[in-house]
Order: sequence, then structure tokens, then C-alpha cells
Amino acid sequence: MSSGTEEHALTAGDYIVHHLTHLTSTGHKQASVIDWSVINIDTLFWSISMGALAVFLLARAARNATSGVPGRFQAAVEILVEMVESQSKSIVHGDRSFIAPVALTVFVWVLFMNAMDFLPVDFLPSIGAMLGLHYQRVVPTADLNGTLGMSIGVLLLCLYYNIKVKGVGGWVHELFTAPFGNHPLLYPVNFAMQLIEFTAKTVSHGMRLFGNMYAGELVFMLIALMGSTATVAGFFGHVVAGSIWAIFHILIVVLQAFIFMMLTLVYIGQAHEGH
Amino acid sequence: MNLNATLFAQLIVFFVLAWFTMKFVWPPIMKALDERAGKIADGLAAADRAKTDLVLAEKKAAEELRKARESAAEFRSGAEKQAAQLLEEARNEAAHIVAAARDAAETEAGVAAQRAREALRDQVAQLAVAGAEKILRKEIDAKAHAELLAQLKSEL
Repeated sequence: MSSGTEEHALTAGDYIVHHLTHLTSTGHKQASVIDWSVINIDTLFWSISMGALAVFLLARAARNATSGVPGRFQAAVEILVEMVESQSKSIVHGDRSFIAPVALTVFVWVLFMNAMDFLPVDFLPSIGAMLGLHYQRVVPTADLNGTLGMSIGVLLLCLYYNIKVKGVGGWVHELFTAPFGNHPLLYPVNFAMQLIEFTAKTVSHGMRLFGNMYAGELVFMLIALMGSTATVAGFFGHVVAGSIWAIFHILIVVLQAFIFMMLTLVYIGQAHEGH
Repeated sequence: MNLNATLFAQLIVFFVLAWFTMKFVWPPIMKALDERAGKIADGLAAADRAKTDLVLAEKKAAEELRKARESAAEFRSGAEKQAAQLLEEARNEAAHIVAAARDAAETEAGVAAQRAREALRDQVAQLAVAGAEKILRKEIDAKAHAELLAQLKSEL
């Protein structure tokens, strides 16, 4: 697809493709599947905005936190913190002074990024178009770069805690002796399994969130296409289907954020357990 | 679904946000939660203590009341006994006084009667002598018969 501008009449396919095109640093759609010289400005902007909003709200609650009777906002944040704390306590056995905050950050941040899906699919892109930005995708978790970036962050934490808890020697020993056993013949198999395990964990961690949010976004676009036909049936179809999908999406948004947080804890927790 | 440098930027953002939360969000909230848990525990303990104290105080109050009642009864019976004793003593004293007064009156009356008798005797003797004198003017010498008169007087 060449750079579709708003001028010529859009087919349904053009509309979808246009909405699935990132605002890149080059200004064009990325040509190859992997191109490290390109940055998705829209993903980064919204992900940093949502992250900043998330930590700002949390920090505000933290700054005003009293041990006395809490307000509603403080109580809500406390419920969240207690939930994350109890989950992390039951999953990770060790020093959780960084891990629990990571889980909290991940949960709230991913929740906020996923929640961008609730905005009408054309709302922010239209505002962007007025400002001269012809492409924009507003859900950072519907960009594989965003989700894989986070899951690779979790992978790095896993490697760090593996070394911290078991020592370099202990971890290397584990890499070659687990899961099948301590025998020279099994070393290559074990190591291959470990590599696959780490890769699978990280890729599935990022892909799961990406897939859910990407599919959700796509369905919203298809529903918006119905409305864009400007017929009575299309209008009602849009309203009914849009409402149903948005309500269902509330579950997905929260559930995926929760799953992402839980997997973060589980993977880091595994780094603390010896095989 | 293209991969590009956004991935690394997102990776860095991930750690920055996590670090921020660890530094500025997590500790104050956990501190507040722990403090509140402590306060609630203290409050519950204080309530328990207050309940125990109340029971003890009630028991003590009942004990004091019982003691007060007992000592009041004791006082009352003591006072009654003392009053009875005082009454008894007063009665005895009064009886003494009455008896003494009666004795004194009797003695005085006896003495007065004796004196009157003696005076009467004197007068009778004088009357007798005077009568006798009148009858026996000439023959009887008063001086010579004084002894006889005195004897007569004692026989009266």
C-alpha cells in the first residue's frame, strides 16, 4: 500500500490498511518486516503518555497516602497495591522490593494502554489528520514493538534474577542440566530446551497481549466500517455491535493487563526457583 | 506487525516506569498500609483491654459495694449495742442517784425526828419540873432535886 492520503475515495480495504499504518519516523509505511532504523512515533507517544499518566496517578495516591482513613482514590489504589502485593508474594519467593513495583507498573500501564481501544477508532487519528499527521494508531499494545519491548524487559529481569539468585555458575549449571538431568550427553538437549523455553516465554508473553489488542482494534475498525456506510442498517449495526464489543472489550482490556502482570510475576518467580 | 526500533524505546520506557514506581509509588503506599494495619491492631488490642478492664472494674465495684454494705451493717449493730449500753449505764446511774437521795433524805429525816424528840423531851421535863415546882414550891429545893429530875428526863 502506497501512502494513502485522505484525498482519494477510500475502499473498505484502504480504510483498514490506513488505520493499521503507524506514524513512523520516516513518514512512510515501513517497507520490510524488520527495520531497526524506524521508530513508531504514535506507539511511543501514547505508550509514554499512558505510562506517565499511570505513574502520575499512582504517585499522587502515594504522596497523599495516610495511615488514617483513606479517601476513595487512595482506597482504590491501595486495593490495587494489595492485590499486586499478595500475588507477587505468593509467586515470587525472594526479595520483591523491585519485582512487586514492576508488576504494579506493568498492570496499570498495560491497562491504560489497552483502554485506548475504547476511544472511537477515528477520534484521535482525525485530530491527528487536522494537525497534519496522516497516520496514527493509538493503542500501543496493538503494536508488536510495544508488547515485545515489555516482554523483553521481563526476559532481562529473568536473566538478572537467575544470576542474582543462583550465581553465574549455578545458572550456567542449570542451563545445561535442567530439565532432563545432569549427563554430558544431555547437555546440548538441555541447553536447547532452555533457549526454546526463554524464547517461547518472551515471544508468547508479548504476542498474547499484542494479538488480543490487535484483534480487538481490528474488530472495532470493522464495526466502524459498518457505520461508515451511512445506511440505517449500518448505523444500527454499528451502534449495537459497537456497544456489545466495547462492553466485552472491558473484560479483555482488564484481563489481558492482569494476565500480562501475572506472567511477568510467574516468569520472574521461575527465575527464583531452582530446577 | 513490523519490528523496529520502537521495541528498544519501549524496553527503556518499561524500566524507567518500573524504577519510578519502585522509588516513589510503592514505598509510601506500603508504609501507609502497614501503619494502618498497626493502628487497627492497636485499636483492637485496646478495645480488648478496655473490655477486660471493664469486667475487672465491675467486679471491683461489686466487691466494694458488698464491703460497704457489710461495714454499714457492722456499724449499725455496733451503734445499737453501744446505745443499749449507754442506756443501761444511764439507767443504773439514775437508780444510784435515786437510792442515794432516798438514803440522804431518810438520814436527815431521822436526825430531825431525833432532834425534835429531844427538844420535846426537854420541854416535857421542864413542864414537869415547872408543874412539880408549882405544886411543891416550898418543900422542894430545885437544886436538891436536879439529879432526880435528870434521871426522870432520861427515862422519858
